[in-house]
Amino acid sequence: MTFMIGENMVGGYGSTDILNGCSICVDLGEIAVVVGPNGAGKSTAMKAIFGMLNLRGGKISIDGEDITALAPFERVRKGMAFVPQTHNVFNSMTVEENLEMGAFINTSPIAGIMAQVYDLFPVLKEKRHQRAGELSGGQRQQVAVGRALMTEPKLLMLDEPTAGVSPIVMDELFDRIIDVASTGIAVLMVEQNAKQALGIADQGFVLVQGENRYTGSGTALLHNANVRKAFLGG
Amino acid sequence: MEMLLNPLALLANFVLVPGLAYGSQLALGALGVTMVYAVLNFSNFSHGEVMSFGAMITILSTYWLQSIGLSISPLPTALLALPLGILGTIGLCLLLDRLVFRFYRHQRASSVTYLIVSIGVMFVIGGVIRFVIGPNDQNFNDGDRFLLKAREFKEISGLSEGLAIKSSQAITVFTAVIVVAAIFWFLNRTRTGKSMRAYADNQDLALLSGINPDRVVSITWIITAGLAAVAGTLYGLDKSYKPLVYLHLVLPIFAAAIVGGVGNPLGAIVGGFVIAFSELLLTFAYKKVAAYLFGEGLFGDGLLQILSTDYKFAVSFMILVVVLLIKPTGIFSGKSL
Amino acid sequence: MNKPSKNAPARNHIFSVLADWPAHRRNLVLACIMALMLSFVGLVQSWNLAFSLLNMCLISAIMSLGVNIQWGYAGLFNAGVMGFAALGGLAAVLVSMDPVPSAWAAGGGGIGLGLVIGFVTICVNIYLWKRARSQGKKRYWLIGLVIVVGYSLMRMTIDPSVAAIEAVDPAMTGYLGGLGLPIVLSWIVGGLFAAAAAWVVGKVALGLRSDYLAIATLGISEIILYVLKFEDWLTRGVKNVNGLPRPVPYEVDLQEATWFQEIIAQFNLSIVEASSLLVKLCYAGLFLIVLLTIIWLSESALRGPWGRMMRAIRDNEVAANAMGKNVTSRHLQVFVLGSAVIGIAGAMLVTLDGQFTPTSYQPLRFTFLIWVMVIVGGSGNNWGAVLGGFVVWFFWIEAEPIGLWLITLLTSGMETAHWLRLHLIENAAHTRLITMGLVLLLTMRFAPRGLIPEVKR
Repeated sequence: MTFMIGENMVGGYGSTDILNGCSICVDLGEIAVVVGPNGAGKSTAMKAIFGMLNLRGGKISIDGEDITALAPFERVRKGMAFVPQTHNVFNSMTVEENLEMGAFINTSPIAGIMAQVYDLFPVLKEKRHQRAGELSGGQRQQVAVGRALMTEPKLLMLDEPTAGVSPIVMDELFDRIIDVASTGIAVLMVEQNAKQALGIADQGFVLVQGENRYTGSGTALLHNANVRKAFLGG
Repeated sequence: MEMLLNPLALLANFVLVPGLAYGSQLALGALGVTMVYAVLNFSNFSHGEVMSFGAMITILSTYWLQSIGLSISPLPTALLALPLGILGTIGLCLLLDRLVFRFYRHQRASSVTYLIVSIGVMFVIGGVIRFVIGPNDQNFNDGDRFLLKAREFKEISGLSEGLAIKSSQAITVFTAVIVVAAIFWFLNRTRTGKSMRAYADNQDLALLSGINPDRVVSITWIITAGLAAVAGTLYGLDKSYKPLVYLHLVLPIFAAAIVGGVGNPLGAIVGGFVIAFSELLLTFAYKKVAAYLFGEGLFGDGLLQILSTDYKFAVSFMILVVVLLIKPTGIFSGKSL
Repeated sequence: MNKPSKNAPARNHIFSVLADWPAHRRNLVLACIMALMLSFVGLVQSWNLAFSLLNMCLISAIMSLGVNIQWGYAGLFNAGVMGFAALGGLAAVLVSMDPVPSAWAAGGGGIGLGLVIGFVTICVNIYLWKRARSQGKKRYWLIGLVIVVGYSLMRMTIDPSVAAIEAVDPAMTGYLGGLGLPIVLSWIVGGLFAAAAAWVVGKVALGLRSDYLAIATLGISEIILYVLKFEDWLTRGVKNVNGLPRPVPYEVDLQEATWFQEIIAQFNLSIVEASSLLVKLCYAGLFLIVLLTIIWLSESALRGPWGRMMRAIRDNEVAANAMGKNVTSRHLQVFVLGSAVIGIAGAMLVTLDGQFTPTSYQPLRFTFLIWVMVIVGGSGNNWGAVLGGFVVWFFWIEAEPIGLWLITLLTSGMETAHWLRLHLIENAAHTRLITMGLVLLLTMRFAPRGLIPEVKR
C-alpha cells in the first residue's frame, strides 16, 4: 500500500481553483517528483498535502489514515516534514541551532537524530557553529533539509530544492536526496529542473492546469515523446 | 604620575561613573524596545510610559513597605519593592497586548498603524500614572546615598580630585549586569529563548516548526515588562521620579536601540553605552583636564566644551539622525529597514 | 488600517452617514454643530473662552491640514510637527520684531562669518562624500578632519560674537532682533522657513521606512527646538520674546476709541469684555481667510492631474515608479508643502499669543495631538483634517472642565473632604490625556478611516 496518497485534490487560494482533481502518491523509500509548466499547481499541490491550503475536494491520507482535516504541525506529528522553497533556514542562528529548532516538537532527546543528520550531511557537522546565513546557497539548502529531518519524518516534502543553485550543487543535492530516501523515508519533490529530477525519480507526476497529465516511473516519463517535447526540450 | 591621575580621576568622576550608570539605564530600556521590535515588529512608543508605570508601582509599594517599617538598610527599600513593580508591569503589558495589540497582529497591520496605536497607549498610560501618583517629584531613595564619598577618595588616594560613587549608580550597574546576563543566558541557552530568536528571525518557518506564536508573544511582553520596570525604577532611584521625564527618555532609548542595531539585544546594550558616553563626552568641559595636562591658560578662557551642556539631550538625537542616514541597520546590523 | 487607500473597504458603519452626504451639506451641518458647541461654551463658561477656543481650533485645523497633506497624499508619517511649527514661530519673531542695532554691531559680523564657515564645511563634506567614494576608508578620515577643523573655526568666530550680542541689555533684548516688518508677512515667511527645513530633512530622511521616518523627524524636531531654546542671540532662548506686534487692534486702544464706546453703549455690554471679544473676532476672521485659502488650494490640486498622480503613487508605488513617475521627488514635494502649511500655522499661533515661548513646544501637545486630529478627523481627506482639528482641540481643552464636572457629580454623594474625592478633583486635569488616548485607540480600532473618510474618486 502506498504510504501517502493525495487523491483528487480540488482547491486553490481565494475563490479560483488551481487544483482540479489531481492525485499524487509516494511510498516509503521512494522518490516521487512532481513536474509541470508554471502555474500548473505543483507547489499548490504540495502545500495542500501539507495542510497549508484548504481543499474543497479530495482527501489526503498517510499510512491509511485520513489526515485531510489536520493542521500543518499536527501533520508534522504524523510524520510529515516540509522544506519550503525560500526562507527555509533561520539565518541568524547557527547550523546546530537550526537543527535544534527543527526538533522543537520532539519529546525525546535529539542527540542521536542530530548525529544521523550530520552523517548524512558531513559539511553541516563541519560548520555546525556557523550562522546559517553565512553559508553558501547549496549548504543552506542542506541545513534546510537537515532541519526538516530532525523530527524523524516518514515523509519528506521538498519545494523546488534546487531553485537558483548551480548545476554542480544541484547534483550534490540530488545525491543527498537519494541518500535520504535510501534510509527508508518517502521523498516527495516539486522541481523545475524536470530532466534531472525525473532522472532520480521512482515515480513522476506531470501536472498541467491542476490535473494529472502523465504519470509513470521516472525513466518512463523521460522516454515519453510527448513529455520530452513539452517539458524536456525534445 | 599625579599629573595623569588627577585628570583621570576627574574624567572618572564626571564621565565614567555617570556614564556607566546612565548607559545601563538606557541599555535596559533599549533592550526592552529592541525585543518588542524583533519579535512583534513594531516601534513601541509607549515604552517610556511603561517604564514610568513600573517605577510608579515600585514607588507606591516602597511607600507601603516603609509605612509598615520594613527596611533593608543600607540598601534602598525600593529594591525590596521592585518585584511587585515587575509583576504590576507584566500585568499591564499582557493586558495591553490582549486588549489592544493583538487585534492588529491578527490583521497583519502595517508598522505605522502599530506606531499610532502605541502613541494612543502612551497617552492613556501617561494619564493614568499622573492621575494615580500626581505629576510631581517623588523621592523614594532611602538607602545610603554614597558608596564612596569624594572626600574619602581624596584621603585614600591623596589626589586633589575627588571621585564619588553614588550607591544608586553602583546598584544600577550591578543590577543591569545581572539582568543582561540572565537575558542572554535565556536567549542563547534555553529552548524557549531560542524559539523566540527563531520566531523573530523567520516567523513562518518558526510556525512550521511547531513554535507556538502566542507563547512567544506573551514571553516577549513579560521580559519587556520586567526590563521596563527595572530600568524605570533604577532611573528613578538614581535621578528622581517625575512622570514627565519618561516621555523624554523614549528618544534616547530608541536612539540606543537603533544605533546598536534594532532587533539585536547586544546592539541595544552597546547602543545604550554609546549614547550615554557620547552625551557626557561631547558636553564635558575639558578645561580642567587640559589644565592638568598642559598647564593653565594654554587654551584661553573657554570651558573647552565641544557642545554646551544645554545640548546634552540633543546629542542622542543627533547621533540617532546621523546613524539613520549613514548606516540605518546600526552597529550590529539589526533587522533591515 | 494601512495608509489610506482607495481599495480599502468602508468599515465605518458608525460614521458612514457623514461620508454619504454631499460634501457641501455635510460641511455646513458640521460647521453648525461646531458653532453650537462653541456657543454652549460661551453661555456656560465665558464668551472669551469660546472665542479663544475658536481661534485655536482654526490654527489646529490648519496644522492638521498640513500633516494630512503629507500623510493622506503620500503616506509620510511626520512626527516632527513641533519643529516646523516652532520655525514658523521663529519667523514671526525675525520678521516683526525691531532690530537691535547695538547687538548687530557687536556681533552680527562674527555670527555671519561663523555661519558661512559652517555652511562651507557642510558643502565640502557633501562634496567629499559623493566624490571621494573610491577612496574607501580614507574618505571617513578626510570628512572627520574637515568636520573638526570647520567646527573649531566656526566656534572660534561665533562664540565671542554670541557672548557680545547676549551681553547687550540681556533683560530687554540680548539678541539680534528682527526686521521690523508687519507680522502678517511672517506667516508666509514661516511657511518658507518650514519648507526650507523640510527640504533638507526630506532630502536625507525620506528614504526611510515609515516608523523610522517618524523617529527621525521626531529627533530632528527636538534638535530644532534645542537650537531655539539655547541660542539666545537668535531667539532670546528661554527668556522668550514678548510683545510681538499685532495685525489687529489692541484692546486698550479699542476701549479708548469713541466709536467703539458708542457701539458698546447701545448694546449695553461690558467694555473690557467687548474689546477683548472684538480682538479675538478679528483674529478669527484673518485665520478663517487663511484656512479657506489653503483648503481651496489643496482641494483644487487634489482634483487636478497632480492629485491623481499623487494618489497613483501612494496606492502603488512600484507601478508608478515603473511608469516613470519620480516617486522620490514627488514625496519630497509633498513633504515640503505640508511642512510649509504647518509653518504658516506656527507663525499664526505665535501671532495670536503675542509671544514666542520655545519651551511651550512639547511633543505631546504638538506632534502627537495633531496626529490624533488627523486620524480622528479622517486621514486622506482635507475636510476630515479640519474637522479633526476642531473636534480634538475642543475636547482637549474642554476635557478638564467636563471631567471636573463629571467627577464632582459622581462624588457628590461623598463628604467634601474625602481623600478619593479630593484626589480625583485635584487630578482631573490628567483625564484629558487618558481621554485623548482612548479616543485615538477607539478610532484606530473601530473607525480607522476617521470621521470623514477619504472620498473615493
